[in-house]
Amino acid sequence: MKKKPEFKIQNITHPSKPLADYNDPLLRELVAHLRQNRTQLREEWARRITDAQLLTAMTKEEIFSEATSVYDNYVEVLETGSVEALQAYARNLSERIIPRGVETHEVVGIVLLLRDVLARSLFKKYQGDFELLNKVLDAYEPAANRIANTVAVSFVQERERVIRQQQEAIRELSTPVLQVRERLLILPIIGVIDAHRARQLTEQLLRGIRSNRAKVVVVDITGVPTIDHTVANHLVKTVEASRLMGASVIITGLSAEIAQTLVTIGVDLSKMNAVGDLQGGIEEAELLLGYKVIIAANEPAVGAAGKEGKS
Amino acid sequence: MQVPILKQGSYLIASIQSVLSDSDLVQLRDNLGERVGTYRSRGVIIDVTVLDVIDSFATRTLRAIAHMLKLRGAETVIVGIQPDVAFAMVQLGLTLEGVGTALDLEEGLLYLDTKTKRAAVNGN
Repeated sequence: MKKKPEFKIQNITHPSKPLADYNDPLLRELVAHLRQNRTQLREEWARRITDAQLLTAMTKEEIFSEATSVYDNYVEVLETGSVEALQAYARNLSERIIPRGVETHEVVGIVLLLRDVLARSLFKKYQGDFELLNKVLDAYEPAANRIANTVAVSFVQERERVIRQQQEAIRELSTPVLQVRERLLILPIIGVIDAHRARQLTEQLLRGIRSNRAKVVVVDITGVPTIDHTVANHLVKTVEASRLMGASVIITGLSAEIAQTLVTIGVDLSKMNAVGDLQGGIEEAELLLGYKVIIAANEPAVGAAGKEGKS
Repeated sequence: MQVPILKQGSYLIASIQSVLSDSDLVQLRDNLGERVGTYRSRGVIIDVTVLDVIDSFATRTLRAIAHMLKLRGAETVIVGIQPDVAFAMVQLGLTLEGVGTALDLEEGLLYLDTKTKRAAVNGN
């Protein structure tokens, strides 16, 4: 049953359908049994978790205290039939344990272990009366399955939320367009460029040229290990598009591999102004813009603030 | 719609006001060719800020204008190409080789100043 994700989601999103009649005397008896044996079952469960080497990122005490909370929540769901509290708890728990590297299989594993521990205790209690055992299991199984689903889905959802958040952060961080001098922008690129990022990069750059009224842009790709030919072509197109907007582009920090790629795909190098490193690129850009950098100590007449001036 | 051509010192400014048909573009080319001779202009600015699309015919005509005016003794600069338009043009391989480009009118004037000054120095 756990292999059908659609079923899981349906279970979560339609809590209006009661999983079992909680006035069912059997379920009540079950809850009473679990309450009575709380200490013993909880310890048994924590022991099984350690034995199975799950949650290795957590200490024994932590496992035990979390186990207690999960156990109480578990019993509560059996009693009330409402998974909302458990859902909130599972989300909260996920939030705490995901940064510590707890995997999905571990979370699913511990919930299934609890299910197993409880089922065994039921077997033990009702072993004399097979008929009654059957009825108790009828009441217990759907509830237990639903609890397992709730916890697993909450965990995965929390995880996806974290991933989405991180992707968003990466997207925003990935292409800063910075102004270093009047009319001079730099665009440092770090990390692998894929087609999506290349597109975003071009867009940011062209908009940056417009809003900062840039004349020269230094694109530094020191932090880019390799590029494929799609991205290389995209880079060349960006250079040309910038020229159409009246800005010239200087590319710096081309690694040997990237230079090779550009030559192999036959990029028209006459359009590319490439300089070895970022420092050289900025110096070249200052030259294009007519800046002259003067060391203040050698030029006392200019004053301390006159580090640079337009020639 | 016809493109107004303004005279500003030794430069001409053709400020495109709306979307141009192919015949408007041809008309612009003819007008500019004529006016450059009449006013003895040394530079021409074509402002395309309002254009959302610059197709292959427009690109070819703009390039033709630039080359033609060069032969008539004037520099040409295209100003105000929008970011999206710029990238779309490059995607289509329309890169306006050999034609000056600048961000806006002000930049275009500066571009022509430096170009014509340099030409004057070289000429002497």
